Amino acid sequence: MQSFGWSLPKRTPVQLYLPIADLPVNVLLVLAMGAAVGFVSGMFGIGGGFLMTPLLIFIGISPGVAVASVASHIAASSFSGALSYWRRRAIDPALALVLLSGGIVGTALGVWLFSLLRALGQLDLLIALSYVVLLSTVGGLMFWEGLRAILRARGAKTQPVKRPSHSWIHGLPLKMRFKRSKIYLSVIPIVVTGLIIGFIGAVMGIGGGFILIPIMIYVLRVPTSTVIGTSMVLTLVTMVFATLLHAVTNHLVDAVLALILMIGGVTGAQFGARAGQRIRGEHLRLLLGLLILSVGIRFAVELVMRPDDLFTIRDVSIGS
Amino acid sequence: MTGRAIILVMGLLLSINAARAERLIVSVSNHRVTVTPNYSGEELVLFGSVEQDAKVAAEPGNYDLVVTVSGPRADMVTRRKERKFGIWINTDSRQFLQVPSYLSVFTNRPLDAMASPEVQRRQQLGLKNILLTQRVGTDYADVVASDPFRSAFVRLRSEHGLYRESTSAVTFLTPTLFRTGIPLPAEVPIGSYDIEIKLLSKGALVTKTDTAFEIVKVGFEQFIATSAKQNGWLYGLATALMALMTGWMASVVFRRD
Repeated sequence: MQSFGWSLPKRTPVQLYLPIADLPVNVLLVLAMGAAVGFVSGMFGIGGGFLMTPLLIFIGISPGVAVASVASHIAASSFSGALSYWRRRAIDPALALVLLSGGIVGTALGVWLFSLLRALGQLDLLIALSYVVLLSTVGGLMFWEGLRAILRARGAKTQPVKRPSHSWIHGLPLKMRFKRSKIYLSVIPIVVTGLIIGFIGAVMGIGGGFILIPIMIYVLRVPTSTVIGTSMVLTLVTMVFATLLHAVTNHLVDAVLALILMIGGVTGAQFGARAGQRIRGEHLRLLLGLLILSVGIRFAVELVMRPDDLFTIRDVSIGS
Repeated sequence: MTGRAIILVMGLLLSINAARAERLIVSVSNHRVTVTPNYSGEELVLFGSVEQDAKVAAEPGNYDLVVTVSGPRADMVTRRKERKFGIWINTDSRQFLQVPSYLSVFTNRPLDAMASPEVQRRQQLGLKNILLTQRVGTDYADVVASDPFRSAFVRLRSEHGLYRESTSAVTFLTPTLFRTGIPLPAEVPIGSYDIEIKLLSKGALVTKTDTAFEIVKVGFEQFIATSAKQNGWLYGLATALMALMTGWMASVVFRRD
């Protein structure tokens, strides 16, 4: 039977219909996106959710499904990373546990707020605003810090970095000894950090590694040897938890989409990690800072510029 | 008493007879569209014929057809962005209640050429005249077609191929035999679809009929979608496990020591 006047997109073998997102996607494109983001995440030791979620929204997947599915994708890549750090004994289990106690509460709060805002119609705004604020701040700081480090290295050891050995954080009660990291620290700032990261991660669909790592290094003063591995454990558990909660409360996790992303992501991450080892630390921070900053600026431009279409439609009866 | 009943029955019979001067017989090419992993839209074909009583002489070119296909109904919200504090945020919104998630109108010639605006409105012919109920404050009502929220709603749905109006889609193969294509885009909603066919002649409705088809997810797609809805915990656990498995496999495959 021939077609009657309308041309339909040709069926290509790489097209796959996503059962929850309810639209067909190009498998190769999604695989490539997963691999590209995985490369970046392996290179910098971050989850890469802040890149993946906007990319998915860009190819037409609804923000809700994107945020919920990326959570499981990050779980996969951080598990693969955490395993290799565990073998190298670069994870502090005690520190990870304390971070997690806050992280899980934060994730639950985040998923709850996510559902609430979705009902109110301000979810997109919140996601966009938090991207702008977080990414610009963290990206800017990281870029600045990297730049200074490079300039310092150029100017040849002017003075060693001043690291105040004691701050107000060290005056807090409930101190605990973390053997593998060789630090003696109050659990309060650690639990609060976990809480914030879990909350942000669930709302924004990111692992939060790019915020957690600077906090651990500069605020909690965790030695760099255990920072990335331990942060990956936190990312892993909060993202597994976020996947579960998103699946139960919003029914928005697309397992097929997640699987394609994971396969691309874990492969890309391996190559990214190898590439990352060949770049010097301060250059790496400078690059990551630039990357984060540019994503933040992109979101800011989108908020400030007049949108092409002032109207949007949301289906409020399905999936809620 | 019996006399009055007989008269009533006679009257009923007469009115049925008058309405059955023309009859529509239609069939759609597929009553069950299945969504499989490689689904990327489909086109159905609706065939039909106008059956005439011997009394009515066939007058070629005298018939007009309006085919309205409406998909599963859903509540939708249309939001308008406004500039507040220098950024564009959703401010105003309207809720559309139980409106078709897919809606298309196919005719053999422009609606204005076949019926008066009054008839078009009464018979709900065309996207402009089909009732789209909105919640306006505490009231439920449709608004004029030029309402910014209504027109934005129709325009946005049309951009995704989910709403459409084509005034040359219905073709008459003979003066009484007709067909039209029903294109279904890839992101078409799952559910049951009603097709209403209205036959007009000289600007007035002659008769109408309806048929239906359904779009269903089958096999794997259905399994995923229903388990996500009905067994959220299990589904989430399975997805999380899958993530861990993938991560573990990667660390094994790419292990370098």
